[in-house]
Amino acid sequence: MRKRKVFNQFLLKNLIIWFFVLSYKLYAREIIKPYEIENWTIPESEIDRYVFSYLKKLNIKPSFPCSDEVFIRRIYLDTIGILPQPQEVIDFINDKNPDKRKKIIDKLLEKKEFAEYWSMKWADILRIKSEFPINLWPNGVQAYYMWILNSLKDNKPYDKFVRELLTSSGSNFRVPPVNFYRALQGRTPSSIASAVCLTFLGIRFEKLPKQIQDGMSNFFSKISYKKSLEWKEEIVYVNLENEEALEATFPDGTKVKIQPNRDPREVFADWLIRPENPYFSKNIVNRIWSWIFGRGIIHPPDDIGPHNPPIIPELLNYLEKELVNSNYNLKHIYRIIFNSRTYQQSFIPYEKNLENERYFASYPVRRIEAEVLLDIINNILGSGNEYVSQIPEPFTFIPSEQRNVLLGDGSITGPFLELFGRPPRDTGYESERSNKITEEQIRYLLNSSELHRKIQSSSYIKTLIRETRGDKRKIVENIYLKLLSRYPMEFEVEILFNYFSDTNIPLNQCIEDIIWALINNKEFLYKH
Amino acid sequence: MRYRKILWFFLTIFLLCCKNSFSQSEIKPKAKSVIQIWLWGGPSHLDTFDPKPFAGYDYAGPFKSIATNVPGIEINELLVNLAKLADKYSIIRSMTHGINAHETASYLMQTGHSSEENLVYPAIGAVVSLFKGYDYGYKGILPPYIVLTTSQGRFSECGFLGEKYKPFITGGDPNRTPFAVEGIVLEGITETRKNARRHLLYSIDVLGKLVPWIKEFEWFDLCREKAYEIISGEISKVFDLTTEPEEVRNMYGRNTFGQSCLVARRLIEKGVVYVTINYKGWDTHSNHFQQMRQKLPEFDMGLSSLIKDLSERGLLDTTIIWVSGEFGRTPKIQWEPPWNGGRNHYGKCFSVLVCGGGFKGGCIVGASDEKGENVVERPVYPRDLLGSIYYLLGIDPESKFPEKFGKNVTILPPIDKGNKIGLLKEIMNE
Repeated sequence: MRKRKVFNQFLLKNLIIWFFVLSYKLYAREIIKPYEIENWTIPESEIDRYVFSYLKKLNIKPSFPCSDEVFIRRIYLDTIGILPQPQEVIDFINDKNPDKRKKIIDKLLEKKEFAEYWSMKWADILRIKSEFPINLWPNGVQAYYMWILNSLKDNKPYDKFVRELLTSSGSNFRVPPVNFYRALQGRTPSSIASAVCLTFLGIRFEKLPKQIQDGMSNFFSKISYKKSLEWKEEIVYVNLENEEALEATFPDGTKVKIQPNRDPREVFADWLIRPENPYFSKNIVNRIWSWIFGRGIIHPPDDIGPHNPPIIPELLNYLEKELVNSNYNLKHIYRIIFNSRTYQQSFIPYEKNLENERYFASYPVRRIEAEVLLDIINNILGSGNEYVSQIPEPFTFIPSEQRNVLLGDGSITGPFLELFGRPPRDTGYESERSNKITEEQIRYLLNSSELHRKIQSSSYIKTLIRETRGDKRKIVENIYLKLLSRYPMEFEVEILFNYFSDTNIPLNQCIEDIIWALINNKEFLYKH
Repeated sequence: MRYRKILWFFLTIFLLCCKNSFSQSEIKPKAKSVIQIWLWGGPSHLDTFDPKPFAGYDYAGPFKSIATNVPGIEINELLVNLAKLADKYSIIRSMTHGINAHETASYLMQTGHSSEENLVYPAIGAVVSLFKGYDYGYKGILPPYIVLTTSQGRFSECGFLGEKYKPFITGGDPNRTPFAVEGIVLEGITETRKNARRHLLYSIDVLGKLVPWIKEFEWFDLCREKAYEIISGEISKVFDLTTEPEEVRNMYGRNTFGQSCLVARRLIEKGVVYVTINYKGWDTHSNHFQQMRQKLPEFDMGLSSLIKDLSERGLLDTTIIWVSGEFGRTPKIQWEPPWNGGRNHYGKCFSVLVCGGGFKGGCIVGASDEKGENVVERPVYPRDLLGSIYYLLGIDPESKFPEKFGKNVTILPPIDKGNKIGLLKEIMNE
């Protein structure tokens, strides 16, 4: 009798414990408003099937879906590098169409600002700058950068884009893609091969076996450069005077004999740009993934090789196939990623877990890139930054209205951009750009005279006071929509109302302080 | 007992040997810090430290030379204050590299490496801040490498060392009050408002309260704490020139360069390892002489006061000052329009001034020909100059970068060895 009682008690105790454990597992956390929502409004995509099945295997819970407010801010930053206007946020939140996220993605991908924002990335990895160590010179930079920008605007198929870069000949001013062979520190066949390898295969040349390095260099051994009578013009051409056949090696180790009258670069491009070449599409889809998630399926994305396997191989294969089947349409890859649940997860991990980020179980928070951050601050405050080239031949003046992402020349830069990790564009490595916040950056945001002056003389504050006629609730709402792309929560309104009333600071200065505090806020500084 | 004595004997000899072999491989540093005065654009060597009064008007132009306090050394007539201090500095008149383009010459002069090499090397300031900075026990409250007031711009100072070794760039203008050092000194906000703002900042940090454990946010909070420590701490006082006596500020010259020199002295006093003053306006293609009349007195006042002041405070023995541009300017003057008396870029032969920190004063190194066009004696290459500065700082000029930056990457290309070749041993103190 007693035994049974003890046993019952034991059972009961266990049941209670299990109940708690289970409920903890099931209801461990609720959604966090206003950043998350309970249920998905978009269908599961192919991408999600790969990602979520991995998460399940590893017992990692994916995050909740992100809210509309978070989504609209995120998608604007990731597609065009601009914040949505308050009215756009309001319209989007109120839109009842279940397809509204898909629709806005389609709309943004077609904007010219999409090409502008992503041309910055391409200019980074193609090392576009006029001064040391690349020395493209201003006119060359202009021609090359405009060519890239227009290629992106036209959504030029990626295979065509790469072929033009690899096989063009002619003047650096008149045939812009030849600048690919000029945007290098050294012009030896091996340094050209090294740049080709890094850019289009994502492979570090120095990690290939020596005989492959040498054999691959042969593809670029006939490239020559000559000056013309026009100042700083340079002609890139292939010198086929030599009568002998050339033997070269592809990165995969296969050898090839090239007839003397054939441009070896063409032979290389023919090998590279084929649907069945495993290196070609892998590199670019993995890069796009890493540009969007801050982390590649192979990471870092420009160090591919047997030592660095993909974390979800099936996902990478799928994206490769999508690229080839869409005729090398890069926008298609962007589109399927943006439309996935994986992308639209909340930035708050479901639970603390170190593996979260590696397996894409939440949207990773990252500080906004230098150029974009300056653009959005200028855009809000109605301010701008002017730039002048270092080279006085002739001086290039960049007007203050121009977006910073459109600074095609890496040599034209300013203290803000330098401080916030704009890459020097020396090597083309992805790691050159740093989006990690530093103590110096925070000091700038807290205490810079430049920023202070911008806020003080901001046209936004004047319009705001005029248009709201000093109505404090409207002011606070507008500031939050403008800077954080969401309505303020009730307790935030309260804090700010207290700030208006408790301090003896005049209204316009109060608004300055609020804007200053929000610019210093994590929610503003980070993509989330 | 006897054995023990013998044992002691051998042990002493062994220890002595060890000590010897150590002192052979390690260089004893003479200098603790460096001030680099960068004459951005390239000053004319003929119109500064290598005057050629007998080369004719087409070379010498309107300027004369004056005697200094060291017999036999003459410099430009406008450098009156520096002429009184020639015993404190030495002049290299045989600097050469032959490059006439700003960006590649600047790179070569500050890294010692040719731009043809496959790596992008860091500037000397970044190298020094690596070997003398936080990684090797630097404990100063200020960053070890500071640039007044704008960045070099032609190339990235930190090279392959990466962001961590970038200089701290002050921004602002020390000739204005306050010297608004970006991110440290903010003008025009009262203390009460500052405190209110800071309180506001924390109270609306929603994410900081909801999810402080997100890795990026944890790091952000750490950085912000450190930032506030710096803003409210000692550092901002170093840049406050109003605490300097009026006559000292006037002595240095009430202009950006003069006051930058004064700030440099204050930074050296606080233990900063490397200070660069980027002094623009020397790329004088046209109206060269009018511009020199305006620039040289300002340059003379600032630099001479810096040398005198450091010397009086006993800091010159441990502080190297080096003054150079990326190249000199063509000795033959272009009188024709559009230059109207201008000088072009000239990297084949030019002058550099070195001072303090173990460099002797009152010496001339090398010589140029009678028109200042060619080096005729003891060529000095950028690697020799930088190597000598490294040597005096106790950094072996032949040493390598730590492995994490690549295998077998030396800080300088090989330096020639021998008498009056390579390192500037002839002007180093014993």
